[in-house]
Amino acid sequence: MSESVSSLMAPPSTWEEFTEGLWKRNPVFVMVLGMCPTLAVTVTAMNSLSMGIATTFVLAASCFLVSLMRKMIPKEVRIATYIVIIATFVTVTDYAIQAISLDLYEALGAYIQLIVANCLVLGRAEAHAARTPPVEATMNAIGMGLGFTLSLVMIGGVREILGAGAFFGIPLFGEHFQPWVVMVLPPGGFFVMAGWLLLFSILRRRSQMKADAASVEAADALKTSGACHGA
Amino acid sequence: MSVEIRSAPHIKADSGVVKIMRNVVWSLLPICAFYIWQYGISALASLVVVTAACLAAEEFFLRLGRQSGDLGDWSATITGILLALTLPAGFPLWMGAVAGFVAIGLGKAIFGGIGHNLFNPALVGRGFVQAAFPTAIATYTPSFMPGRFSEFIPSSLALPFMTPADTTAWAASHLDGVSSATPLARWKFEGVLASNWDLLTSLSGHLAVGPSPLLILACGAYLAWRGYLDWRIPAAVLGSAALLAAALYPLNPQHFPEPGFVLFSGGLMLGAVYMATDMVTSPVTPRGMWVYGALIGALTVIIRYSGGLPEGVMYAILIGNAATPMIERVTQPPAFGTAPTKETKA
Repeated sequence: MSESVSSLMAPPSTWEEFTEGLWKRNPVFVMVLGMCPTLAVTVTAMNSLSMGIATTFVLAASCFLVSLMRKMIPKEVRIATYIVIIATFVTVTDYAIQAISLDLYEALGAYIQLIVANCLVLGRAEAHAARTPPVEATMNAIGMGLGFTLSLVMIGGVREILGAGAFFGIPLFGEHFQPWVVMVLPPGGFFVMAGWLLLFSILRRRSQMKADAASVEAADALKTSGACHGA
Repeated sequence: MSVEIRSAPHIKADSGVVKIMRNVVWSLLPICAFYIWQYGISALASLVVVTAACLAAEEFFLRLGRQSGDLGDWSATITGILLALTLPAGFPLWMGAVAGFVAIGLGKAIFGGIGHNLFNPALVGRGFVQAAFPTAIATYTPSFMPGRFSEFIPSSLALPFMTPADTTAWAASHLDGVSSATPLARWKFEGVLASNWDLLTSLSGHLAVGPSPLLILACGAYLAWRGYLDWRIPAAVLGSAALLAAALYPLNPQHFPEPGFVLFSGGLMLGAVYMATDMVTSPVTPRGMWVYGALIGALTVIIRYSGGLPEGVMYAILIGNAATPMIERVTQPPAFGTAPTKETKA
């Protein structure tokens, strides 16, 4: 409610574009996009962080380019064009990770190449970058990428702490730690993600209820001005 | 003159959620007493901790979700007791608390609380710890150990997040030549069968088993007599398991156990009487109950015979729970007074 009202009143500032992906429209916990890497590579916090950074780079670079060329790309072939742009940056990322750390490259496996199929990247290019100037589009993409990274690290952190008794490879519980086997298996990804989703939706609903109660009067006041605008 | 106009039913039974649940708890008390007699203070601590974890989780999620309901409906207590009875007596208490929390949180609260759950909460909790701690949940100790009322099974008291102590050497130092493996595991991995009478009573031989199937059957019979559980479900579960076992036994007597062993070993009796009959997660149509019970019994035998684990009751019941809505749809009886049409028959 309040969101649509504010977007009617003024276009979002660059700062708002940037923070949108961190919390209000967090790609994983709010928009539930990019589930494939979210569930598959979040066994450790380090893998999650690397995956998040790689995706952020692809997202930011692709959105910048898409936004720059948004008036040149014919509407009929836009998806194919976006995919070519995204695939270019995925290939760059793929080779870069291979050059930086072969261990990490093997741990992430096919999921680096699969960034090209990540609906978050294509979704942001199509829904946002294609209709926004380059600076705003890039800021928004970086924010989305950081939100994605944060979510992945939140999932990967819990899975690593319970599944291996460590955080970013640092042991937390000593040698007698009992690993929770399920956390390093695929079901662990679903359980932890569901737990965070639950927490986020509870928090969102509570703040929504508060905002609704507070905005009843504001909405009444806006009605008159909205009517004038329509006329 | 005042006439009250109401829809049916006009005659009500003096029954309700709280009364049914309270009766189930009462019927579980003899089983708990027997279990404590078998395993001593470890069993008592396990029952208390798991039930307390379930109650704490219930309170927590009721507040978090702002759901209606309270701890006084006894449903979380039943979940806790049943969950503790399915775990090994020496199961680390902290893992038991995790199981209780998951049972209520994942098995019940996220579906909307009492009456809305899709799966039996106790089995969801057990399924989670089965996946998380496969070693600890397969570590049993012999029953009727000397000194069981003054000494904990060492694995019980593992510190939170720490590996439990080894119980095999501990059990061997107390009781020489007694196996810590369950009868099902001994059949599966060693090809040794326990006697049916010992399994049925759980009284002799220091078997690593839960409470006596005979006692569970008796307590279930009380509930069925009072009308708090439908006898069709346990009958269908046990009947289909026995039939399938009897059909398979002649094919390979070396490998397949006789039907009696299948019925009285593991958690089949507890599962058939107390888990499969959960009113929320089982079909309400009489024909559906037979289908549902038969499915669980057959799946149990199939999982035991060809799965990697010796026990399969838990997964069989969870699959049965998942199939319940479909079973109800196809076994819907025609409405009273209407002729069975093609549609309702199908």
